[in-house]
Amino acid sequence: MVRFIVRKFLFMILSLYVLVTATFVLMNAVPGSPLQREKATSPQIQKNLEAFYGLDKPLIQQYGVYLKNLLQFDLGISMKKRFYSVNKIINDSFKYSLRLGIVSIITSVVAGCTLGIIAALYHRRFLDNLSMVLAVIGLAIPSMVMAPVLQYLLAVKLRIFKVAGLDGPLDYVLPTIALSSVSIAFIARLIRSTMIEVLHADYIRTAKAKGLAGHAIVWRHCIRNSMLPVVTYLGYLTANVITGSVIIEAIFAIPGMGKFFVQSVVDRDYPLIMGITVFYAVLLMVCRFLADIAYALVDPRMRILGSKVER
Amino acid sequence: MRNDSSNFSAVGQISPDLFAPIERDLSKSERIERKSMTAWQHIRHRLVTNKLAMTGFVLMLLIVLMAIFAPILSPYDHYTTDLQNANQPPSWSHWFGTDDLGRDMFVRTWKGAQISLFVGVMAALIDLVIGVIYGGIMGYYGGKVDEVMNRIAEILYAIPYLLVVILLLVVMEPSLTTIIIAMSITGWINMAWIVRGQIMQLKNQEYALASRALGAGNMRILFRHLIPNAIGPIFVTLTLTVPSAIFTEAFLSFLGLGVQSPVASWGTMLNDGINAIQNYPWRELFPALFLSLTMFAFNVFGDGLRDAFDPIMRKS
Repeated sequence: MVRFIVRKFLFMILSLYVLVTATFVLMNAVPGSPLQREKATSPQIQKNLEAFYGLDKPLIQQYGVYLKNLLQFDLGISMKKRFYSVNKIINDSFKYSLRLGIVSIITSVVAGCTLGIIAALYHRRFLDNLSMVLAVIGLAIPSMVMAPVLQYLLAVKLRIFKVAGLDGPLDYVLPTIALSSVSIAFIARLIRSTMIEVLHADYIRTAKAKGLAGHAIVWRHCIRNSMLPVVTYLGYLTANVITGSVIIEAIFAIPGMGKFFVQSVVDRDYPLIMGITVFYAVLLMVCRFLADIAYALVDPRMRILGSKVER
Repeated sequence: MRNDSSNFSAVGQISPDLFAPIERDLSKSERIERKSMTAWQHIRHRLVTNKLAMTGFVLMLLIVLMAIFAPILSPYDHYTTDLQNANQPPSWSHWFGTDDLGRDMFVRTWKGAQISLFVGVMAALIDLVIGVIYGGIMGYYGGKVDEVMNRIAEILYAIPYLLVVILLLVVMEPSLTTIIIAMSITGWINMAWIVRGQIMQLKNQEYALASRALGAGNMRILFRHLIPNAIGPIFVTLTLTVPSAIFTEAFLSFLGLGVQSPVASWGTMLNDGINAIQNYPWRELFPALFLSLTMFAFNVFGDGLRDAFDPIMRKS
């Protein structure tokens, strides 16, 4: 178990290093300096600017400084946002993304599991078909279609919710639905297929033979075993939420990190792009790492055997 | 036991002459009632009888046909602007209406379909080639080779897909080629792992041994015998790659990082349409509808394929 965690951790660090280096190389491979403006600046100002951002040093030295700063969680200074530090931008915007993300992850898991469990318990009956039709529709409608449609119908036409912004609790409803629909559908299908498999397992038959009540079998045996794949999915769920939030924040005018990320790419604001990329990468990899550990903790077979169980 | 004795008395009341012996016909007892089917026929049967999958298949076909022929047959093209006829609602001359520059939405929607399908198919094909070769070698050679190649794949896989795509788009010119290259950088890994798993199972089968005994080389065994036997999972993965590539292209174009105007991509059309949704909803409706339908069709067909190929499902 300890070996498993250490191994996963080392791989995480290695992947992170590859990404950080790739980001640096790519950003420096771009032709033209990011400090070039339409207006001509005097050579002295240009020099000062380059010195300020450390661009006058040789590349290998820049790389060293970049790595050293990263280790101290210093992501540099934005080039377009008037000497704002990247840390400050992330600090200010991340809270919105984080709140929306957590609400969306909880919604996805709860709604997805509920739909999936219902579908499995009523296998090949009306409720099963209904929830699977919902799931297929959820999977097929991408967030950039779901969000404007919800916004138009519920906010513009019916005026139930606010069109944009993220102030009151009600404002979370539309972005959360748009952000979670795909994950809900995915989790529902995942839970359904695992649970149908579990329901036919021998230990369920044993539980029935012992005379255990139906709800006790479902709660104590089925659901616990069916939840396992969802735990592994949590890492990917975070990735989905981050990807989705970029679109959702743009549509609902939420001043979150996704919005700044897109803005930074459009502006070619290299320190900001690098900063947010590294931040997202760390966030995602840590989430996946935690999901792996959680899986090991939830599944007793993992604790004993210490490696992934071949299924 | 009590029940048995009461039944016995009930049977006792029926006289034996009411029973007639059945004639045993030896020719019939050996007859095969059901038509014997090969593995492929089974798979086709399972696919064709799956209504949802077939709906997806027909939709896929229709979308592909329309994407090919609609822009050719229509009197309009996707880039000529006609400001006199801007923001026209759907009518007989413009079936899907026009956008803010008076471009015909019908042609633009199907041009968008062309781009989406092209990106989807190209991404899937590149994944196929790299994934099958890499995964095949990993699975076939095993041992140290597998260890090293698997580690490399693991490290690449842990890097978030979208970040790589966006980083590359910053560096290279935003174009279809860039999008496809960017998607392929990490996209093939999934395919490689699926092929690896299949090859590891198959390589110890008797036909591989027989082929080796006949003097076949490693590459011949791998590509002539093992990979054709793993075609099912490969094909399923291929089909399910298409909608995710289509989604990524629309996603990037929506954010303004992908294909640039005047080329009609569903992503850019959706982004244009959002601002106009209140007054000219058709500008949002048609790209939204067909993007969703395409994703639906490919997902449903892919699911159907997976069920058809899955031997566990076949038993039940």
